[in-house]
Amino acid sequence: MAGIVVHKGNVAAMNRVNVDTDQIIPKQFLKRIERTGFGQFLFFDWRFHSDGSDNEKFELNQPHNQNASILVANQNFGCGSSREHAPWALQDYGFQVIIAPNFADIFYNNCVKNGILAIQLPEEKVNELLVKADEAVYELTVDLSQQILFDDNGFKAEFTIDPYWKEMLLNGWDEVSLTLNYEEDISNYEKQRAL
Amino acid sequence: MTKKTIIEKIWEKHTVVSEPGKPSLLYIDLHMVHEVTSPQAFEGLRLKGRKVRRPDLTFATMDHNVPTLDRYVIKDEIAKKQMDTLSDNCQQFGVRVADLNSPDSGIVHVIGPELGLTQPGKTIVCGDSHTSTHGAFGALAFGIGTSEVEHVLSTQTLWQSKPKTLQVHVKGDLPLGVTAKDIILAIIAKFGVNFGTGSIIEFTGEAIRNMTMEERMTVCNMSIEAGAKAGLISPDETTFEYLKGRQYVPQGEEFEKAVEQWRELATDEGAEYDRTVEIEASEIEPQVTWGTNPSQGIGVNGVVPNPADYNNAADKIAIEQALNYMGLTPSTPITNVEVQHVFIGSCTNSRMSDLRAAAQVAKGRKVAPGVRAMVVPGSQKIKLQAEAEGLDQVFLDAGFEWRESGCSMCLSMNPDFVPEGERCASTSNRNFEGRQGKGARTHLVSPAMAAAAAVAGKFVDVRTFTEATVK
Repeated sequence: MAGIVVHKGNVAAMNRVNVDTDQIIPKQFLKRIERTGFGQFLFFDWRFHSDGSDNEKFELNQPHNQNASILVANQNFGCGSSREHAPWALQDYGFQVIIAPNFADIFYNNCVKNGILAIQLPEEKVNELLVKADEAVYELTVDLSQQILFDDNGFKAEFTIDPYWKEMLLNGWDEVSLTLNYEEDISNYEKQRAL
Repeated sequence: MTKKTIIEKIWEKHTVVSEPGKPSLLYIDLHMVHEVTSPQAFEGLRLKGRKVRRPDLTFATMDHNVPTLDRYVIKDEIAKKQMDTLSDNCQQFGVRVADLNSPDSGIVHVIGPELGLTQPGKTIVCGDSHTSTHGAFGALAFGIGTSEVEHVLSTQTLWQSKPKTLQVHVKGDLPLGVTAKDIILAIIAKFGVNFGTGSIIEFTGEAIRNMTMEERMTVCNMSIEAGAKAGLISPDETTFEYLKGRQYVPQGEEFEKAVEQWRELATDEGAEYDRTVEIEASEIEPQVTWGTNPSQGIGVNGVVPNPADYNNAADKIAIEQALNYMGLTPSTPITNVEVQHVFIGSCTNSRMSDLRAAAQVAKGRKVAPGVRAMVVPGSQKIKLQAEAEGLDQVFLDAGFEWRESGCSMCLSMNPDFVPEGERCASTSNRNFEGRQGKGARTHLVSPAMAAAAAVAGKFVDVRTFTEATVK
């Protein structure tokens, strides 16, 4: 997995609260046994009409949001089901950064494990971004090492992130490999509890 | 001695590594696995030449995709492949699996407790958000993603930042005809779908203490619908009584020793939580959700909200969008809303007491014309037990369908679904858009309320509908 240090990209705004993972990737697409190829099904029921044609009103179908790689959303993004197919679909579609006032816990973890940077910002900063990206192409730079994001017109926001997750994301580490370095600790723990 | 909550006690006991500035490395005592969220994890092991560290602490079953009409007739090729893949993976990695042929099979969160795999003080994970169900036993149980499934398979551990502790105190006792499902729906309606984010809930109070284990499971099951990482209840005599004699629980003298240890887990008198909220049980009515998330619910004698009554623009839009999807007119009494489908099942409400409560309402009555009602037991054992008690016949006589176990219409990854634009009274846990089928309209209720809706063809207050009490 490649690390993220600085990411510059277009922003798509999705001003909706409580977007659940059933919407991000509906259940009929969870039967695949691979990790890849989920982008085509992202937001399927919102993105397409029943006859398969594009729903032009849907945020991601609007012309200025084509090629967006940063998604800005509202409260409690990614709630509900634990399906990791949701971040897989977002990433496969092209999103590398997701910004919201807060995320559901499991979704947040699932993003980090896949190298997607989920950034929690204060609500007023998110609202600013939602307005800026609402109708026209809007570009943002995210610098994970400095923990800031900014545009070319003076918008700037700092964000906090758990130092451990930051390190993981910056380096694109495989977490299992890291944990296997603690093999002795795990074995000792098992002995001590007679597991 | 410092007074501790059960959450802190379990956390400390399972911490393998604790280094400053890092999450804790937690040991996992039980890993439940199902067919939908595991194939990519096993594939990850294969690609890196790793093995399952503790097959003996891992247990798999199939539930999401399983057809409930005839579980051996799987018309969906991709679903079949996913189940076959789980069988192959379990064989290759030496993991126990309760497959379609096993008498132990059923919904993962039903069979864990049923088999006694779920025990107080354990850390339990599964690639499924409703893993919180197991918290009813005083276990720390939470849902994880597929990368974490792979991590647990390889290392039997997870890196976890310590969540905050949140006490949800249910004061007083439940009125007659009001169930565990109504309590948890009322809690979520009152405090919202993300009041638990970043926290582990401990449910406390007289109403919780007086509950059976099955009722406690219903409450803990929906902790995730409040956004919580997990929800649990300190174990007590009710817990030990339920577990005694179950297949994977220590037997005889060993059991008594285990109980002594389990007793120590309960939250110490006077221990402090990061936050506490309270709700009065006696004020709770049977609940019905009207919207597209579990917090959008009201008492059965309430009316659907009117966006015009709300000043906040965001609230107004959220209500308008939900009413539009649900095809409901503002200010409609919920008892005027007709249903075309009734689903009694899911990891929230598919256990014996749920089926008995529904059967009590259905007995001697008929499902209303134009309503399709189905009952899906949570496990094959429950199915057999219900049949031994004659509940299947009660349901069949009343015009309900009686099925084999599985997740069924809770998420409709299998042949059971609600057609577009039609309405379902469902005992499941999520009323999200499209959850029960594209364009399907889901109303969450208790099993007794669902059975009453099936008979009446619309929502009714089960307390006035039948003199029989639900408890």
